[in-house]
Amino acid sequence: MVIVKALALIFNADREVIFISITSLSLALTSTIISTIPALFLGTTLSIKNFPGKSLIIIILNSLMAMPTVVIGLIIYSLISRSGPLGVYGLLFTPWAIIIGQSVLSFPIIASLIYSALSNISIELPETLETLGAGRFRKLYMIFRESKIAVLSAILSGFGRVIGEVGVSMMLGGNIRWYTRTITTTIALETSKGEFELAMALGIILIFISFTVNALLHMGIHNHE
Amino acid sequence: MKKILLFILIIYSFCLASASAEDQSQKRLIKQSRLKLATTTSTENTGLLDTLLPAFTAKTGIVVDVIAVGTGKAITLGENGDVDVIMVHARSMEDSFVAEGYGVNRRDLMHNDFVILGPVSDPAGIKRTNNAAEALRMISTDKSDFISRGDNSGTNVKEIELWEAAGITPTGSWYKEAGQGMGAVITMTNDLQGYTLSDRGTYLSMQDKIDLVVLGEGDPILFNPYGVIAVNPATHDFINYDGAMRLISFVTSIEGQSIIKIFQKNGEQLFYPDAIK
Repeated sequence: MVIVKALALIFNADREVIFISITSLSLALTSTIISTIPALFLGTTLSIKNFPGKSLIIIILNSLMAMPTVVIGLIIYSLISRSGPLGVYGLLFTPWAIIIGQSVLSFPIIASLIYSALSNISIELPETLETLGAGRFRKLYMIFRESKIAVLSAILSGFGRVIGEVGVSMMLGGNIRWYTRTITTTIALETSKGEFELAMALGIILIFISFTVNALLHMGIHNHE
Repeated sequence: MKKILLFILIIYSFCLASASAEDQSQKRLIKQSRLKLATTTSTENTGLLDTLLPAFTAKTGIVVDVIAVGTGKAITLGENGDVDVIMVHARSMEDSFVAEGYGVNRRDLMHNDFVILGPVSDPAGIKRTNNAAEALRMISTDKSDFISRGDNSGTNVKEIELWEAAGITPTGSWYKEAGQGMGAVITMTNDLQGYTLSDRGTYLSMQDKIDLVVLGEGDPILFNPYGVIAVNPATHDFINYDGAMRLISFVTSIEGQSIIKIFQKNGEQLFYPDAIK
Protein backbone atom coordinates (compact mmCIF):
# COMPACT_ATOMS: atom_id res chain seq x y z
CA MET A 1 0.00 0.00 0.00
CA VAL A 2 2.70 2.41 1.05
CA ILE A 3 4.90 1.18 -1.79
CA VAL A 4 2.15 1.70 -4.36
CA LYS A 5 1.65 5.30 -3.22
CA ALA A 6 5.44 5.78 -3.15
CA LEU A 7 5.76 4.54 -6.74
CA ALA A 8 2.92 6.85 -7.74
CA LEU A 9 4.87 9.80 -6.32
CA ILE A 10 7.94 8.80 -8.34
CA PHE A 11 6.14 8.15 -11.62
CA ASN A 12 4.03 11.30 -11.37
CA ALA A 13 7.36 13.13 -11.13
CA ASP A 14 6.35 14.92 -7.93
CA ARG A 15 8.15 18.28 -7.99
CA GLU A 16 9.45 18.00 -4.43
CA VAL A 17 10.70 14.41 -4.88
CA ILE A 18 12.64 15.52 -7.96
CA PHE A 19 14.03 18.61 -6.26
CA ILE A 20 15.19 16.64 -3.20
CA SER A 21 16.81 13.94 -5.34
CA ILE A 22 18.64 16.52 -7.44
CA THR A 23 19.82 18.33 -4.30
CA SER A 24 21.19 15.08 -2.88
CA LEU A 25 22.91 14.13 -6.12
CA SER A 26 24.47 17.57 -6.70
CA LEU A 27 25.76 17.81 -3.13
CA ALA A 28 27.19 14.29 -3.11
CA LEU A 29 28.81 14.64 -6.55
CA THR A 30 30.27 18.06 -5.73
CA SER A 31 31.76 16.86 -2.44
CA THR A 32 33.15 13.71 -4.04
CA ILE A 33 34.82 15.74 -6.79
CA ILE A 34 36.25 18.21 -4.24
CA SER A 35 37.67 15.50 -1.99
CA THR A 36 38.98 13.39 -4.89
CA ILE A 37 41.65 15.93 -5.83
CA PRO A 38 43.55 15.98 -2.49
CA ALA A 39 42.74 12.29 -1.93
CA LEU A 40 44.40 11.36 -5.24
CA PHE A 41 47.44 13.38 -4.24
CA LEU A 42 47.70 11.88 -0.75
CA GLY A 43 46.91 8.30 -1.85
CA THR A 44 49.53 8.45 -4.61
CA THR A 45 52.16 10.04 -2.36
CA LEU A 46 51.62 7.36 0.28
CA SER A 47 51.95 4.54 -2.21
CA ILE A 48 55.05 5.65 -4.11
CA LYS A 49 57.04 7.50 -1.46
CA ASN A 50 58.52 6.52 1.88
CA PHE A 51 58.74 9.19 4.57
CA PRO A 52 58.64 9.39 8.37
CA GLY A 53 55.12 9.39 9.81
CA LYS A 54 53.71 7.50 6.84
CA SER A 55 52.25 4.66 8.94
CA LEU A 56 50.72 7.20 11.30
CA ILE A 57 48.93 8.91 8.40
CA ILE A 58 47.65 5.56 7.17
CA ILE A 59 46.36 4.64 10.63
CA ILE A 60 44.63 8.03 10.95
CA LEU A 61 43.08 7.67 7.48
CA ASN A 62 41.77 4.21 8.30
CA SER A 63 40.23 5.31 11.57
CA LEU A 64 38.65 8.35 9.90
CA MET A 65 36.96 5.96 7.46
CA ALA A 66 34.89 4.61 10.33
CA MET A 67 34.23 8.00 11.96
CA PRO A 68 30.49 8.45 12.62
CA THR A 69 28.96 11.15 10.43
CA VAL A 70 27.48 12.93 13.44
CA VAL A 71 30.94 13.37 14.99
CA ILE A 72 32.26 14.95 11.80
CA GLY A 73 29.07 17.02 11.69
CA LEU A 74 29.59 18.15 15.27
CA ILE A 75 33.22 19.19 14.74
CA ILE A 76 32.44 21.17 11.60
CA TYR A 77 29.34 22.64 13.27
CA SER A 78 31.47 24.06 16.07
CA LEU A 79 33.83 25.58 13.49
CA ILE A 80 31.29 27.21 11.17
CA SER A 81 28.68 28.30 13.73
CA ARG A 82 28.43 32.10 14.04
CA SER A 83 30.06 31.76 17.44
CA GLY A 84 32.84 29.55 16.01
CA PRO A 85 36.14 30.59 14.39
CA LEU A 86 34.76 30.45 10.82
CA GLY A 87 31.42 32.00 11.79
CA VAL A 88 31.89 35.17 9.75
CA TYR A 89 31.33 33.28 6.50
CA GLY A 90 27.77 32.35 7.50
CA LEU A 91 28.10 28.80 6.18
CA LEU A 92 25.95 26.94 8.70
CA PHE A 93 22.57 25.79 7.34
CA THR A 94 23.57 26.35 3.71
CA PRO A 95 24.37 23.74 1.03
CA TRP A 96 28.04 24.74 1.38
CA ALA A 97 28.07 23.43 4.95
CA ILE A 98 26.89 20.03 3.69
CA ILE A 99 29.51 20.08 0.93
CA ILE A 100 32.27 20.76 3.47
CA GLY A 101 31.03 17.98 5.76
CA GLN A 102 30.61 15.46 2.96
CA SER A 103 34.03 16.29 1.51
CA VAL A 104 35.63 15.64 4.89
CA LEU A 105 33.62 12.44 5.09
CA SER A 106 34.61 11.04 1.68
CA PHE A 107 38.24 12.17 1.69
CA PRO A 108 39.71 9.43 3.98
CA ILE A 109 37.86 6.65 2.16
CA ILE A 110 38.99 7.76 -1.27
CA ALA A 111 42.58 8.46 -0.15
CA SER A 112 42.86 5.17 1.71
CA LEU A 113 41.39 3.06 -1.09
CA ILE A 114 43.56 4.77 -3.71
CA TYR A 115 46.60 4.08 -1.55
CA SER A 116 45.67 0.38 -1.27
CA ALA A 117 44.96 0.16 -4.98
CA LEU A 118 48.21 1.80 -6.03
CA SER A 119 50.42 -0.04 -3.54
CA ASN A 120 49.31 -3.36 -5.01
CA ILE A 121 50.88 -2.58 -8.35
CA SER A 122 53.43 0.03 -7.55
CA ILE A 123 56.02 -2.23 -5.92
CA GLU A 124 57.58 -3.37 -9.17
CA LEU A 125 56.07 -1.02 -11.71
CA PRO A 126 57.98 2.15 -10.80
CA GLU A 127 61.29 0.30 -10.88
CA THR A 128 60.47 -1.29 -14.20
CA LEU A 129 59.45 2.08 -15.59
CA GLU A 130 62.63 3.68 -14.31
CA THR A 131 64.81 1.07 -15.97
CA LEU A 132 62.88 1.79 -19.17
CA GLY A 133 63.85 5.43 -18.72
CA ALA A 134 60.42 6.86 -17.90
CA GLY A 135 60.26 10.35 -16.41
CA ARG A 136 58.43 11.35 -13.23
CA PHE A 137 55.12 12.27 -14.87
CA ARG A 138 55.28 9.43 -17.35
CA LYS A 139 55.70 7.11 -14.37
CA LEU A 140 52.63 8.52 -12.56
CA TYR A 141 50.57 8.34 -15.74
CA MET A 142 51.48 4.67 -16.23
CA ILE A 143 50.60 3.84 -12.62
CA PHE A 144 47.19 5.44 -12.94
CA ARG A 145 46.59 3.72 -16.25
CA GLU A 146 47.37 0.37 -14.70
CA SER A 147 44.99 0.92 -11.80
CA LYS A 148 42.26 3.16 -13.20
CA ILE A 149 39.44 0.78 -12.29
CA ALA A 150 40.61 0.58 -8.69
CA VAL A 151 40.89 4.38 -8.55
CA LEU A 152 37.40 4.80 -10.02
CA SER A 153 36.12 2.26 -7.53
CA ALA A 154 37.70 4.24 -4.68
CA ILE A 155 35.99 7.44 -5.84
CA LEU A 156 32.63 5.71 -6.17
CA SER A 157 33.01 4.28 -2.65
CA GLY A 158 33.49 7.85 -1.43
CA PHE A 159 30.35 8.86 -3.31
CA GLY A 160 28.47 5.93 -1.79
CA ARG A 161 29.43 7.03 1.70
CA VAL A 162 28.11 10.59 1.22
CA ILE A 163 24.95 9.97 -0.81
CA GLY A 164 23.55 7.78 1.97
CA GLU A 165 24.67 9.73 5.03
CA VAL A 166 22.19 11.58 7.21
CA GLY A 167 24.22 12.99 10.15
CA VAL A 168 26.16 15.69 8.32
CA SER A 169 23.25 16.80 6.13
CA MET A 170 20.91 17.06 9.10
CA MET A 171 23.29 18.85 11.47
CA LEU A 172 24.99 21.20 9.02
CA GLY A 173 22.23 21.67 6.44
CA GLY A 174 19.35 21.95 8.91
CA ASN A 175 16.92 20.05 6.66
CA ILE A 176 15.55 23.30 5.16
CA ARG A 177 12.77 22.73 2.65
CA TRP A 178 13.58 23.72 -0.98
CA TYR A 179 17.17 24.44 0.08
CA THR A 180 19.16 21.87 2.05
CA ARG A 181 16.66 19.03 2.34
CA THR A 182 18.24 15.84 1.00
CA ILE A 183 16.92 12.34 0.39
CA THR A 184 18.12 11.01 3.73
CA THR A 185 17.01 13.97 5.88
CA THR A 186 13.57 13.86 4.24
CA ILE A 187 13.28 10.15 5.01
CA ALA A 188 14.14 10.87 8.66
CA LEU A 189 11.65 13.76 8.85
CA GLU A 190 8.75 12.11 7.03
CA THR A 191 9.15 8.88 9.01
CA SER A 192 8.98 10.88 12.23
CA LYS A 193 5.77 12.51 11.01
CA GLY A 194 4.30 9.12 10.14
CA GLU A 195 4.24 10.06 6.42
CA PHE A 196 5.71 6.88 5.01
CA GLU A 197 4.81 7.40 1.31
CA LEU A 198 7.27 10.22 0.57
CA ALA A 199 9.91 8.53 2.74
CA MET A 200 9.47 5.29 0.84
CA ALA A 201 9.55 7.04 -2.56
CA LEU A 202 12.90 8.62 -1.67
CA GLY A 203 14.18 5.33 -0.25
CA ILE A 204 13.43 3.69 -3.60
CA ILE A 205 15.26 6.49 -5.43
CA LEU A 206 18.26 6.12 -3.12
CA ILE A 207 18.41 2.37 -3.76
CA PHE A 208 18.14 3.09 -7.50
CA ILE A 209 21.04 5.57 -7.33
CA SER A 210 23.34 3.16 -5.50
CA PHE A 211 22.33 0.38 -7.89
CA THR A 212 23.19 2.60 -10.86
CA VAL A 213 26.55 3.55 -9.37
CA ASN A 214 27.46 -0.09 -8.82
CA ALA A 215 26.19 -1.12 -12.24
CA LEU A 216 28.38 1.57 -13.83
CA LEU A 217 31.36 0.31 -11.87
CA HIS A 218 30.68 -3.25 -12.93
CA MET A 219 30.34 -2.22 -16.58
CA GLY A 220 33.59 -0.32 -16.31
CA ILE A 221 35.45 -3.37 -14.99
CA HIS A 222 33.84 -5.58 -17.58
CA ASN A 223 34.75 -3.30 -20.50
CA HIS A 224 38.28 -3.04 -19.19
CA GLU A 225 38.73 -6.79 -19.22
CA MET B 1 35.42 3.87 -19.18
CA LYS B 2 35.21 7.17 -21.05
CA LYS B 3 31.52 6.59 -21.61
CA ILE B 4 30.98 6.18 -17.88
CA LEU B 5 32.86 9.35 -17.05
CA LEU B 6 30.90 11.18 -19.73
CA PHE B 7 27.66 9.80 -18.30
CA ILE B 8 28.54 10.97 -14.79
CA LEU B 9 29.53 14.37 -16.17
CA ILE B 10 26.21 14.70 -18.01
CA ILE B 11 24.23 13.79 -14.87
CA TYR B 12 26.28 16.23 -12.82
CA SER B 13 25.81 19.16 -15.19
CA PHE B 14 22.11 18.36 -15.38
CA CYS B 15 21.86 18.42 -11.58
CA LEU B 16 23.72 21.70 -11.26
CA ALA B 17 21.69 23.25 -14.06
CA SER B 18 18.37 22.31 -12.49
CA ALA B 19 19.54 23.28 -9.02
CA SER B 20 20.52 26.74 -10.24
CA ALA B 21 17.30 27.03 -12.27
CA GLU B 22 15.37 26.43 -9.05
CA ASP B 23 17.53 29.04 -7.37
CA GLN B 24 16.83 31.53 -10.17
CA SER B 25 13.10 31.00 -9.82
CA GLN B 26 13.40 31.98 -6.17
CA LYS B 27 15.68 34.91 -6.98
CA ARG B 28 13.11 36.35 -9.35
CA LEU B 29 11.09 37.31 -6.32
CA ILE B 30 12.20 40.93 -5.94
CA LYS B 31 15.66 40.94 -4.36
CA GLN B 32 17.09 37.72 -3.02
CA SER B 33 17.33 37.66 0.71
CA ARG B 34 17.39 34.77 3.15
CA LEU B 35 16.15 34.71 6.69
CA LYS B 36 16.87 31.87 9.09
CA LEU B 37 14.05 30.89 11.43
CA ALA B 38 14.56 28.34 14.20
CA THR B 39 11.28 26.93 15.38
CA THR B 40 9.74 24.00 17.15
CA THR B 41 8.90 20.72 15.50
CA SER B 42 5.22 21.35 16.29
CA THR B 43 4.86 24.39 14.00
CA GLU B 44 6.67 22.56 11.21
CA ASN B 45 5.05 19.11 11.61
CA THR B 46 1.54 20.56 11.51
CA GLY B 47 2.18 22.31 8.18
CA LEU B 48 1.31 25.78 9.52
CA LEU B 49 4.56 27.29 8.25
CA ASP B 50 3.92 25.90 4.77
CA THR B 51 0.92 28.23 4.50
CA LEU B 52 2.20 31.15 6.57
CA LEU B 53 5.70 31.59 5.09
CA PRO B 54 4.90 31.49 1.33
CA ALA B 55 2.54 34.45 1.94
CA PHE B 56 5.40 36.32 3.62
CA THR B 57 7.84 35.47 0.82
CA ALA B 58 5.36 36.57 -1.85
CA LYS B 59 4.96 39.90 -0.09
CA THR B 60 8.58 40.70 0.80
CA GLY B 61 10.77 38.55 -1.44
CA ILE B 62 12.49 37.18 1.64
CA VAL B 63 13.01 33.43 1.54
CA VAL B 64 12.70 31.90 5.01
CA ASP B 65 14.93 28.93 5.87
CA VAL B 66 13.12 26.93 8.55
CA ILE B 67 15.22 24.92 10.96
CA ALA B 68 12.77 22.80 12.94
CA VAL B 69 14.18 21.74 16.30
CA GLY B 70 12.96 21.74 19.88
CA THR B 71 12.51 25.03 21.74
CA GLY B 72 15.72 24.51 23.77
CA LYS B 73 17.82 23.96 20.65
CA ALA B 74 16.12 26.85 18.83
CA ILE B 75 17.08 29.19 21.67
CA THR B 76 20.68 27.92 21.61
CA LEU B 77 20.82 28.57 17.85
CA GLY B 78 19.60 32.11 18.56
CA GLU B 79 22.24 32.62 21.26
CA ASN B 80 24.98 31.46 18.88
CA GLY B 81 23.70 33.81 16.17
CA ASP B 82 23.10 30.91 13.78
CA VAL B 83 19.53 32.06 13.13
CA ASP B 84 17.90 35.49 12.82
CA VAL B 85 14.56 34.88 14.48
CA ILE B 86 12.98 32.19 16.68
CA MET B 87 9.38 30.99 17.09
CA VAL B 88 9.08 28.91 20.26
CA HIS B 89 6.84 27.88 23.15
CA ALA B 90 8.45 27.87 26.61
CA ARG B 91 7.77 31.23 28.24
CA SER B 92 10.32 30.87 31.07
CA MET B 93 13.14 30.10 28.60
CA GLU B 94 11.97 32.89 26.26
CA ASP B 95 12.06 35.41 29.07
CA SER B 96 15.60 34.54 30.09
CA PHE B 97 16.64 34.59 26.39
CA VAL B 98 15.41 38.20 26.23
CA ALA B 99 16.66 39.12 29.73
CA GLU B 100 20.19 37.91 28.92
CA GLY B 101 20.22 40.21 25.88
CA TYR B 102 20.15 37.53 23.17
CA GLY B 103 16.67 38.36 21.96
CA VAL B 104 14.72 41.55 21.36
CA ASN B 105 11.13 42.47 20.50
CA ARG B 106 9.35 39.37 21.74
CA ARG B 107 5.72 39.24 20.63
CA ASP B 108 2.89 36.89 21.57
CA LEU B 109 2.00 35.01 18.42
CA MET B 110 -0.64 32.37 19.04
CA HIS B 111 -1.61 29.58 21.39
CA ASN B 112 -3.18 26.20 21.61
CA ASP B 113 -3.04 23.71 24.45
CA PHE B 114 -1.26 20.56 25.49
CA VAL B 115 -3.14 17.28 25.72
CA ILE B 116 -2.31 13.97 27.37
CA LEU B 117 -2.61 11.20 24.80
CA GLY B 118 -3.09 7.54 25.61
CA PRO B 119 -4.63 4.27 24.42
CA VAL B 120 -8.42 3.92 24.21
CA SER B 121 -8.31 1.27 26.99
CA ASP B 122 -6.71 3.85 29.36
CA PRO B 123 -5.07 1.32 31.76
CA ALA B 124 -4.12 4.01 34.29
CA GLY B 125 -7.66 5.41 34.28
CA ILE B 126 -6.57 9.05 33.87
CA LYS B 127 -9.79 9.99 32.13
CA ARG B 128 -11.39 10.18 35.58
CA THR B 129 -9.42 13.31 36.54
CA ASN B 130 -9.34 16.82 35.10
CA ASN B 131 -6.07 17.60 36.88
CA ALA B 132 -3.04 17.09 34.60
CA ALA B 133 -0.53 16.56 37.42
CA GLU B 134 -2.88 14.03 39.03
CA ALA B 135 -3.14 12.22 35.69
CA LEU B 136 0.66 11.87 35.49
CA ARG B 137 0.73 10.62 39.09
CA MET B 138 -1.79 7.91 38.16
CA ILE B 139 0.32 6.89 35.13
CA SER B 140 3.41 6.57 37.34
CA THR B 141 1.51 4.53 39.98
CA ASP B 142 0.22 2.19 37.28
CA LYS B 143 3.70 2.05 35.69
CA SER B 144 2.11 2.44 32.26
CA ASP B 145 4.55 3.37 29.50
CA PHE B 146 5.05 7.12 29.31
CA ILE B 147 7.10 8.48 26.41
CA SER B 148 8.87 11.73 27.13
CA ARG B 149 10.33 14.02 24.47
CA GLY B 150 13.48 14.20 26.62
CA ASP B 151 14.92 16.91 24.34
CA ASN B 152 14.49 20.16 26.28
CA SER B 153 11.74 21.21 23.88
CA GLY B 154 8.80 23.38 24.94
CA THR B 155 6.65 20.28 25.37
CA ASN B 156 9.38 18.61 27.41
CA VAL B 157 9.69 21.69 29.64
CA LYS B 158 5.93 21.62 30.25
CA GLU B 159 6.03 17.90 30.99
CA ILE B 160 8.79 18.39 33.61
CA GLU B 161 6.70 21.18 35.12
CA LEU B 162 3.79 18.73 35.43
CA TRP B 163 5.93 16.05 37.11
CA GLU B 164 7.14 18.68 39.57
CA ALA B 165 3.55 19.72 40.25
CA ALA B 166 2.75 16.05 40.92
CA GLY B 167 5.75 15.82 43.25
CA ILE B 168 7.21 12.88 41.34
CA THR B 169 10.63 12.25 39.82
CA PRO B 170 9.81 9.81 37.02
CA THR B 171 12.24 6.88 36.92
CA GLY B 172 11.94 3.26 35.86
CA SER B 173 11.57 1.32 32.65
CA TRP B 174 8.01 2.60 32.12
CA TYR B 175 9.38 6.17 31.66
CA LYS B 176 11.01 6.38 28.22
CA GLU B 177 12.96 9.44 27.12
CA ALA B 178 12.89 9.39 23.34
CA GLY B 179 14.99 12.48 22.56
CA GLN B 180 13.01 13.03 19.35
CA GLY B 181 10.53 15.44 17.79
CA MET B 182 6.81 15.51 18.57
CA GLY B 183 5.75 13.53 15.52
CA ALA B 184 8.27 10.76 16.21
CA VAL B 185 7.25 10.58 19.88
CA ILE B 186 3.54 10.30 19.00
CA THR B 187 4.38 7.52 16.53
CA MET B 188 6.40 5.72 19.24
CA THR B 189 3.64 6.16 21.81
CA ASN B 190 1.17 4.73 19.33
CA ASP B 191 3.34 1.67 18.74
CA LEU B 192 3.83 1.11 22.48
CA GLN B 193 0.20 2.03 23.27
CA GLY B 194 1.50 4.22 26.09
CA TYR B 195 0.88 7.79 27.24
CA THR B 196 2.53 11.04 26.19
CA LEU B 197 2.14 14.80 26.40
CA SER B 198 1.64 16.54 23.06
CA ASP B 199 0.64 19.93 21.76
CA ARG B 200 -2.85 19.70 20.32
CA GLY B 201 -1.74 20.93 16.90
CA THR B 202 0.64 18.05 16.23
CA TYR B 203 -1.89 15.55 17.61
CA LEU B 204 -4.65 16.85 15.30
CA SER B 205 -2.36 16.77 12.28
CA MET B 206 -1.52 13.10 12.96
CA GLN B 207 -4.93 11.99 14.19
CA ASP B 208 -5.81 9.85 11.17
CA LYS B 209 -2.57 7.83 11.40
CA ILE B 210 -2.79 6.77 15.06
CA ASP B 211 -5.19 5.06 17.51
CA LEU B 212 -4.33 7.27 20.48
CA VAL B 213 -7.06 9.45 21.99
CA VAL B 214 -7.05 12.58 24.13
CA LEU B 215 -7.41 11.45 27.76
CA GLY B 216 -6.39 14.62 29.56
CA GLU B 217 -7.25 18.20 28.57
CA GLY B 218 -8.68 21.45 29.85
CA ASP B 219 -6.45 21.96 32.91
CA PRO B 220 -5.28 25.65 32.82
CA ILE B 221 -1.68 24.45 33.34
CA LEU B 222 -1.88 22.90 29.85
CA PHE B 223 -2.08 26.33 28.15
CA ASN B 224 0.53 26.50 25.36
CA PRO B 225 1.49 29.98 24.12
CA TYR B 226 3.91 30.58 21.25
CA GLY B 227 6.17 33.63 21.04
CA VAL B 228 8.26 35.07 18.22
CA ILE B 229 11.56 36.80 19.07
CA ALA B 230 14.17 38.58 16.94
CA VAL B 231 17.80 37.74 17.67
CA ASN B 232 19.57 40.82 19.03
CA PRO B 233 21.77 42.15 16.19
CA ALA B 234 24.20 43.53 18.79
CA THR B 235 25.25 40.00 19.82
CA HIS B 236 26.68 38.89 16.48
CA ASP B 237 27.61 40.36 13.11
CA PHE B 238 25.52 39.59 10.03
CA ILE B 239 22.23 38.97 11.84
CA ASN B 240 19.40 39.66 9.38
CA TYR B 241 17.59 41.89 11.88
CA ASP B 242 15.65 43.80 9.24
CA GLY B 243 14.29 40.53 7.82
CA ALA B 244 13.49 39.23 11.31
CA MET B 245 11.46 42.33 12.16
CA ARG B 246 9.62 42.16 8.86
CA LEU B 247 8.71 38.54 9.61
CA ILE B 248 7.55 39.43 13.11
CA SER B 249 5.47 42.30 11.80
CA PHE B 250 3.97 40.04 9.12
CA VAL B 251 3.00 37.15 11.43
CA THR B 252 1.46 39.57 13.93
CA SER B 253 -0.34 41.58 11.23
CA ILE B 254 -4.04 41.16 10.45
CA GLU B 255 -3.10 39.12 7.39
CA GLY B 256 -0.65 36.84 9.24
CA GLN B 257 -2.95 36.35 12.19
CA SER B 258 -5.90 35.46 9.96
CA ILE B 259 -3.77 32.85 8.14
CA ILE B 260 -3.09 31.29 11.56
CA LYS B 261 -6.78 31.49 12.41
CA ILE B 262 -8.10 29.80 9.27
CA PHE B 263 -5.42 27.08 9.25
CA GLN B 264 -7.16 23.75 9.80
CA LYS B 265 -6.46 20.02 9.80
CA ASN B 266 -9.36 17.59 9.52
CA GLY B 267 -11.78 20.47 10.00
CA GLU B 268 -10.27 21.59 13.32
CA GLN B 269 -8.47 24.82 14.10
CA LEU B 270 -4.90 24.12 15.33
CA PHE B 271 -3.68 27.51 16.57
CA TYR B 272 -5.44 30.57 18.01
CA PRO B 273 -3.92 33.98 17.12
CA ASP B 274 -2.84 36.08 20.10
CA ALA B 275 -1.25 39.23 18.67
CA ILE B 276 -4.56 40.92 17.93
CA LYS B 277 -7.22 40.39 20.54
